[in-house]
Amino acid sequence: MTAQVLESPQGKSKIKIENVLYSPALQRVLAFAALIVLIVVFSIASPNFLQFRNITGILLATAVNGILALGVTFVIITAGIDLSIGTVMTFSAVMTGVFITRWGFDPLLGVLCGILSGSFAGMINGIVIAKMKVPPFVATLGMMYMAKGLALIIAELRPIYFNDVPGFSTIATGSVVGSILPDFNIPNAVMIMFIAAIVGSFILFKTILGRYTFALGSNEEATRLSGVNVDLWKIAVYTLSGTFAGLAGVVIAARLNSAQPALGQGYELDAIAAVVIGGTSLSGGEGSILGTIIGAFVISVLTNGLRILSVPQEWQIVVTGVIIIVAVYFDMVRRRRSR
Amino acid sequence: MSGQPILELRGVSKRFGAVQALTNVDFRAIPGEVMALVGDNGAGKSTLIKGVAGIYPFDEGEVYFEGRRVTIHNPREASALGIEVVYQDLALADNLDVVANMFLGREQVSRVGRLSELEMEEACIRTLSGLSVTTLRSVRLPVAALSGGQRQSIAVAKAVMWNSKVVILDEPTAALGVAQTRQVLDLVRRLADSGLAVVLISHNLHDIFEVSDRITVLRLGYLVREMVVKETDYESVVREMTAGQLNRVPGMRDHE
Ligand SMILES: Nc1ncnc2c1ncn2[C@@H]1O[C@H](COP(=O)(O)OP(=O)(O)OP(=O)(O)O)[C@@H](O)[C@H]1O
Ligand SMILES: [Mg+2]
Repeated sequence: MTAQVLESPQGKSKIKIENVLYSPALQRVLAFAALIVLIVVFSIASPNFLQFRNITGILLATAVNGILALGVTFVIITAGIDLSIGTVMTFSAVMTGVFITRWGFDPLLGVLCGILSGSFAGMINGIVIAKMKVPPFVATLGMMYMAKGLALIIAELRPIYFNDVPGFSTIATGSVVGSILPDFNIPNAVMIMFIAAIVGSFILFKTILGRYTFALGSNEEATRLSGVNVDLWKIAVYTLSGTFAGLAGVVIAARLNSAQPALGQGYELDAIAAVVIGGTSLSGGEGSILGTIIGAFVISVLTNGLRILSVPQEWQIVVTGVIIIVAVYFDMVRRRRSR
Repeated sequence: MSGQPILELRGVSKRFGAVQALTNVDFRAIPGEVMALVGDNGAGKSTLIKGVAGIYPFDEGEVYFEGRRVTIHNPREASALGIEVVYQDLALADNLDVVANMFLGREQVSRVGRLSELEMEEACIRTLSGLSVTTLRSVRLPVAALSGGQRQSIAVAKAVMWNSKVVILDEPTAALGVAQTRQVLDLVRRLADSGLAVVLISHNLHDIFEVSDRITVLRLGYLVREMVVKETDYESVVREMTAGQLNRVPGMRDHE
């Protein structure tokens, strides 16, 4: 693992501190600790909190946001941003409805095409950013509006229901795990999120796409000078983000058994919040999938717990805002010290 | 000592809008030798090597590589020929570890698309120990955690890892202390001794006299002259850099 060891013991300990204390992993540990504290506090405060029904509710509430957050994690590691994922999710849900209920696609094919319509929107984002050099914030803001408008137009302002598609809703609310282990009725939506997380983690840490995701956020110019086709890989990253939004679109459509064209805006902010709480830096170059999943759970546990304690929803939103700032503050402190 | 040049520029010029950065410059790099490229700020040194690397084209002039005339359109083509550049502003990605940086743009991937980390790590360690870069504790440290000298050594090692034949270093010791400069200069000398043609840009004449075989002096975008280190001294080089006759331009000879 190591090359020859010739560094002074002094230098050794300095590097160790940097690696352990001030590493991105610290933020993940903090987020995880925060999650545990929240769970302990809420379960002491309310006997209902740890009931299986409530836990299932939390898991279900995490699934859609978690899947969205996975995709935008990649984008944020490149030091970009994707504001379009919320409405692209809706667009994909509507397209899934169109494919299956209007065009009579086989549900499986319809679902696949629904996800791909999210990929397509993401690819457009990538092309506008990489080739037309429009800043990610503006490009994806534009896509946020376009996807929202198109979803409304295509759905003709009405929800598209999947009532005539047998089994469609089981994509989210059924439980494959429960049919094998009856005591663990974990909804499919949650399993989809976990599988997506494992796939995402593999892509991020084991493939060339993941390597270039970090490289782009770390030093785009160096990456270009090393002969990497920077534009192409940027497009790939935004396409991936759109694909995860497409998957989230299918899951939310299945959960509601309908594609709701007016829904979606605001979801991107929850997803970005989850990413940031999980320790992925908005300045790019570092981040993790595990952190993002933890971040998504922090948000949904908080929302759920405060609701059980009958704290008004407005206050839940305020608290979420505070947590985001605290998370970013910790990140900044850590960076300053490790310099 | 003098062999055939592997890289040769003949009469290259480059203009940026109103600024004539290079005018009719000849330049060459010879295998087994360190060719220093000197000149005051703005003399055109970086412009010359960026042209060679294919970052932008020369307006005029010819580039010969191994005796053949070539046109280099981008850094990728330069690499394919065997020309590697270590840029002034250090082309490393801070958050990536040493292995990832050394292989950036040339990752080894298994058939299922998985990065071959172990193979890359071994090759990286092999290259580093081949170059006697031995002060690293681990090749899995992010380069942000390394010292300036170590980072520069990694940047150089990255450049020579790929069977390169010409390695161009733009001010590799500019930000380094004494010991770390030593480390990098030793590395530069080892590269040349192993048969590579090395081009070294530096403002530090002391460093240059220590490791170089020849010196090419540029002034205001013109070639002043190429000198052999053994046959010259500090004062002459400084004189050429600041007041040398601007060579090879008909009608300019008497202009002082
Ligand atoms: N991309 C560019 N656009 C416009 N002018 C440029 C550009 N690059 C270089 N120049 C100009 O060309 C001239 C030569 O610059 P160059 O960077 O080659 O000098 P240098 O010898 O490398 O100097 P230094 O020692 O300061 O690095 C300067 O006058 C510079 O301002
Ligand atoms: Mg320069």
